[in-house]
Amino acid sequence: MYDVEKVRADFPILSRTVNGKPLVYLDNGASAQKPRAVIDAVTRAYAEEYANVHRGLHFLSNLATEKYEAVRPKLQAFLGAAHEDEIIFTTGSTQGLNLVSYGWAAPRMQAGDEIVLSVMEHHANIVPWHFLRERQGVVLKWVDIDADGGLDPQAVIDAIGPKTKLIALTHMSNVLGSVVDIKTVAAAARARGVAIAVDGSQAAVHMPVDVADLDVDFYAITGHKLYGPSASGALYVRRERYPEIRPFIGGGDMIRQVRKDGIDWNDPPHKFEAGTPGIVQMIGLGAALDYMTGLGMQNIAAHEADLRDYAMARFQGLNWLNLQGTRPDKGAIFSFTIEGAGHAHDISTVVDQRGIAVRAGQHCAEPLMEHLGVHATCRASFGLYNTRAEVDALVDALELCHELFS
Amino acid sequence: MPERSAMTASFDEIADNFAFLDEWEDRYRYVIELGKEMPPLDETQKVPATKVEGCASQVWLVPRVDGDGQGARISFDGDSDALIVRGLIAILRALYNGRTAAEIAGIDAHARLGELGLQQHLSAQRSNGLRAMIGRVEAIAAQVREAA
Repeated sequence: MYDVEKVRADFPILSRTVNGKPLVYLDNGASAQKPRAVIDAVTRAYAEEYANVHRGLHFLSNLATEKYEAVRPKLQAFLGAAHEDEIIFTTGSTQGLNLVSYGWAAPRMQAGDEIVLSVMEHHANIVPWHFLRERQGVVLKWVDIDADGGLDPQAVIDAIGPKTKLIALTHMSNVLGSVVDIKTVAAAARARGVAIAVDGSQAAVHMPVDVADLDVDFYAITGHKLYGPSASGALYVRRERYPEIRPFIGGGDMIRQVRKDGIDWNDPPHKFEAGTPGIVQMIGLGAALDYMTGLGMQNIAAHEADLRDYAMARFQGLNWLNLQGTRPDKGAIFSFTIEGAGHAHDISTVVDQRGIAVRAGQHCAEPLMEHLGVHATCRASFGLYNTRAEVDALVDALELCHELFS
Repeated sequence: MPERSAMTASFDEIADNFAFLDEWEDRYRYVIELGKEMPPLDETQKVPATKVEGCASQVWLVPRVDGDGQGARISFDGDSDALIVRGLIAILRALYNGRTAAEIAGIDAHARLGELGLQQHLSAQRSNGLRAMIGRVEAIAAQVREAA
């Protein structure tokens, strides 16, 4: 039995007030709050277990290295990777996808080669590919979404041509909540010798992920959305791809030997982890993964599915609310505008007065905003600690917005 | 004639009205009303030169100068795609319009807006950029003073 009140008690910030009202935090899509277990792990790492990793032979360096490297098998299990060395530590999905772009795609793509991506990608899964377009003439092939916010896997597969080298897709839209059928696309990509990189920033937070079952080449996640510290994260890389990747950040820790006339690389994954990493951030992420798996990803997904269904039912009663993304199997992420309200910022400002945190703007997804024909939306994104009562609080505040602005 | 009353409301009248409004919802309702009653800019006036950067929603301010020298009086029209921001522009117009550059330089806009309980719109990070709008007005006033 999922006891959401017990879960809430694990998050110190949820007991604070904002503008005199209990905090209703519905901006989890941007960043999630941290449980006590993560805060304690970070504090302990600095207070008792801190030194640089992979370097000294002294006690604390060994201890810190042990704690830090213990996060790798946790990430392996969390993502369902076949091998521990398929996990590269990163500062988040942005760094992970840039590694795919600079390290794997840039050396092997010629002018005219194509990358297939959807219009609902986050900028983190767009801009690294634009770099390749600018610098070496790579062509971006955009696949549209359906009216309900879904992405037809066959439309992606149909976009694959003889020049296509990579498919870059989100697993769950950060704006619409739509879940993409990665497994079907990945199978078709493999049959055609095309690689697939997946932005799992949102999906890994809200549902169990198994990269071996999905059969993808690259899968990027970001720790701060996973109830862990900011600037933590990971990139899954299928082992067979490692020989094809050129490291793109050079420095300490990634090398076995450096001479005046050459270098020998360290083995993956360390080959791709140059410089002193986010030691404590990664240790904190390990605690966050323990916390989530302790609750159970299936249980978290079931709780959020209940919130989604309840919110959808409540929103249906608001005939002036324009909801973007209406698939019944989506994640609990809702983007909307209100008829008559001048701007998403107006809505955000008013609901903030009621202690409700939502995001207003373009959500780092400008091509999607253009596709939807809206300048900006408000987004309420739910997490494992949100409640039906918070859905009610949001609906009440939206009704006030409608009354104020119309 | 709500439009006329809003256009002619002085800042002191607005401040008096605010003093009667205890609930934040009512204060917002009033700000939104002021915004709705403010005449919109012509689309041709919404150009890069009149756009105020630093606002998450779009804001334009169009200055007008009547008269010459030290006695020149400054006014501006404005617009935004956000209703609350339109209301804030209307309040700024009440605060500044028809004043000389020297008078504008003497106005502590942050303190005056603080009297209305709108302090939270004045923080540096606040996305509506009220701070940026005040900066634009003060820059225009400084230009007029230098020219005089």
